Amino acid sequence: MVTVTSSRSFSPGRFVLYALLALFCIYYLLPLYVMLVNSLKPLSEITAGGMMALPKDWTLAPWLSAWSSAQVGVEATGLKPYFLNSIIMVVPAVALSTLVGALNGYVLTKWTFRGATIVFGLLLFGCFIPFQMVLIPMARMLGLMGLAGSVTGLIFVHFVYGIGFSTLYFRNYYAAFPTELVRAAQIDGAGFFRIFWRILLPSSGPIAVVCIIWQFTNIWNDFLFGASFSDFSSQPMTVALNNLVQSSTGVKEYNVHFAGAIMAALPTLLVYIVAGRYFVRGLMAGSVKG
Amino acid sequence: MGFLDIKKATKSYGSLQVLHETDISVEEGEFLVLVGPSGCGKSTLLNMIAGLEDITSGEIAIRGRSMNGVKPADRNIAMVFQSYALYPNMTVAGNISFGMEMHGIPKPERQKRIDQVADLLQISHLLDRKPGQLSGGQRQRVAMGRALVREPDVFLFDEPLSNLDAKLRVDMRTEIKKLHQKLGTTIVYVTHDQIEALTLSTRIAVMYGGYVQQLGTPKEIYDNPANMFVAGFMGSPSMNLFPAKVVSLDGRPAAEIALADGKSAAVPFAGETLASSVGRDIVLGIRPEAITDKDGADRNSNAVHMVEAPVEVTEPAGSDTFVVSQIGGKDVTGRFRADVNVRAGDVFPFAFNMEKAVAFDPQTENRIA
Repeated sequence: MVTVTSSRSFSPGRFVLYALLALFCIYYLLPLYVMLVNSLKPLSEITAGGMMALPKDWTLAPWLSAWSSAQVGVEATGLKPYFLNSIIMVVPAVALSTLVGALNGYVLTKWTFRGATIVFGLLLFGCFIPFQMVLIPMARMLGLMGLAGSVTGLIFVHFVYGIGFSTLYFRNYYAAFPTELVRAAQIDGAGFFRIFWRILLPSSGPIAVVCIIWQFTNIWNDFLFGASFSDFSSQPMTVALNNLVQSSTGVKEYNVHFAGAIMAALPTLLVYIVAGRYFVRGLMAGSVKG
Repeated sequence: MGFLDIKKATKSYGSLQVLHETDISVEEGEFLVLVGPSGCGKSTLLNMIAGLEDITSGEIAIRGRSMNGVKPADRNIAMVFQSYALYPNMTVAGNISFGMEMHGIPKPERQKRIDQVADLLQISHLLDRKPGQLSGGQRQRVAMGRALVREPDVFLFDEPLSNLDAKLRVDMRTEIKKLHQKLGTTIVYVTHDQIEALTLSTRIAVMYGGYVQQLGTPKEIYDNPANMFVAGFMGSPSMNLFPAKVVSLDGRPAAEIALADGKSAAVPFAGETLASSVGRDIVLGIRPEAITDKDGADRNSNAVHMVEAPVEVTEPAGSDTFVVSQIGGKDVTGRFRADVNVRAGDVFPFAFNMEKAVAFDPQTENRIA
């Protein structure tokens, strides 16, 4: 057994394989490397042409600047307030759309009614409408509701837009959920919401994680809705980053831009790393169960 | 009026009627089994009793109280499902107490009842586990515990044993019967397994095509099937059904049967019921245990008649040997003692116990004698 393994690891095929894998790894990690090293060096080193080099003079100044003092749009606030905007926007939007999606999935599979498939079809249709199409009607709606230019308005937009996908996920997941459990709970005396809270939701871990990853990534990374429906005080991170990078006056502080871009990408990365593990674990638990 | 009354109940999905007018009255403490092949309407009827499906017309009443429009939770029933339907996120104790919790029973009382039921079903050591950590038999016990703890008027069982392996199924069958004898509860039990029906029930409703074909005690159903469906469905190996003709033999009615070697034989009936039907074509029904070797025949029967017939196949089954011959173009199985020396190809004397023979109309398939 041991000899087989060692002879394999020395075979030329293996060597080529690993070399190729390493190459692709480097290829994919290179942008991250560039962002990271350049965010940690003074601007002078970048403008001198040392894009790929490690910093000679390590510094956290670009990060601090991007966070709290860089010029974003007209104000020198750094990205901090916009980062908070994004958090305030993304958490309720993800929570609400996931919860409503779960509720929809529950109704569409366990309490089906005449026309349930049509309702589901329409919700699915909502998934595939291009963002651009809803811009003007949505702007009008937000105006009528008095939510234009506010974080609440953005929460609303993302919540509504997220329902389609979250419903799709949960409906398909609950379709495989044994209806006998719902019936047993009915006989035990649990009502509509009690069954949802006590029986279905606690068993929805894997799909909830999938849904949360999807919604979080989409809403955090959204630029179009953020740019269209926010004002200076309610801009999300993506829009602020754009304003930081695209500012037409002054010197282009590439190191600060790199630091800001990493900051904007960090939360989604974190969600993938933390929740992704549970996601895979959930999938494995389902597949091994005999 | 019974304890559980099903009065003229029907069920339709649109224009498709899955349960035709059904009347069953169950007494307190009875064990009623609804048995039939899949799609016969037995589970639908059970779900109607549970309140999980609406009644299209008619009425179902428990303890004289009409259940039409009453929610499942308010019917004071408990149900054991085929898949056990244990809540996967709760422990065994949580599963058992969930119903009581929903009905607002205080915690000390719940704990007391959980302990009692766990003791009764010998699952006390499992109370902290999740259903996923239990074996099939253990899950089955927990599912029954969840039903028992409610102390309901009526227990409903929906094919509770069909997910278990053969050996466990027999054990659990005995346990369910013991439990019923001990607690004296009223049970309605759905199964497609006729042996379960015969062994467990105090009464059986044999269902087919949305109709109750026959309602009676296991013995009535087994010995006096109302029609060819019931005759063929109940019993294993199933009842031999083969064409015959009523003839007169020495002034008594007899069944003339065609044997595989081209000969025919006339076997006199035990009774005179068919005396007026001479010349009529019938379907004769005789269970395998009423077709035996000569010495294996029932000594108390006054109507054992010998027929020499060619043996086609023998199937030794340990305790018995099943011997197959062709009569009237159908395979007919006889149950011989294991040590009878009979081989395929022999012409062998078969002893027909005509006291156990029944006759059906070939067109309507109903019982005529």
